[in-house]
Amino acid sequence: MLVVPASLVRLVWQHARRDHPDEACGVLAGPAGGDRPTRFVPMANAARSPTFYEFDSGDLLALYREMGARDEEPVVIYHSHTATEAYPSRTDVALAAEPGAHYVLVSTRTPGDTEFRSFRIVDGVVTEEEVRVVDEPPEDLEPPEDPE
Amino acid sequence: MPVTVRIPTIMRSHTGGEKSVTGAGATVGDVLTDLDSRYDGLAGRVVDEGGLRRFVNVYVNDSDVRFTGGLDTPVADGDEVTILPAVAGGA
Repeated sequence: MLVVPASLVRLVWQHARRDHPDEACGVLAGPAGGDRPTRFVPMANAARSPTFYEFDSGDLLALYREMGARDEEPVVIYHSHTATEAYPSRTDVALAAEPGAHYVLVSTRTPGDTEFRSFRIVDGVVTEEEVRVVDEPPEDLEPPEDPE
Repeated sequence: MPVTVRIPTIMRSHTGGEKSVTGAGATVGDVLTDLDSRYDGLAGRVVDEGGLRRFVNVYVNDSDVRFTGGLDTPVADGDEVTILPAVAGGA
């Protein structure tokens, strides 16, 4: 199960809608070992594509160094699908390389949709999991960065 | 020339769980070959017949080796090599 503050869910959706029709992507980081996302980290989609996303390689190194320095992990790796449902594609499964992460998908295909789905992707096997959106942020939740 | 190599979570099964290991060699390719002699299968996660795998990034210090000569990128004593799988996917 993924437990995620409502504020972070809103930020992911704002990012996905802003970047539509391209796919949006990013991370919700959280303290290592805690399995609770606390920090919104939108990433540029270096592919700038409606059917593909990839973190820029330089941004990726900076992100992992920053998380390492803060003793954080990529608790959630999110991206949007813009013309298909919020379910991992074959490409998503083939490229999933963080077995400990919750892979979140949203779909901007249908305006007004607010589905926020989470999956584990381990060794090519996709398992959907329950998402519990909590109103009360964890005590260590930081003010999210303004994506604009 | 010893260099520190940072290993991503998904490849730590090859290093007994170690997050970073020490390798030796004059180039990134040499270091990977050296590591593979002790951490069986590790190099194959990073390279294939065509060179660096498309969705695995390797950095020497701050530079992605794709822009500095790939596997032939030189390494020097004390350099840090980081292996990071791409974060990527698509509809």
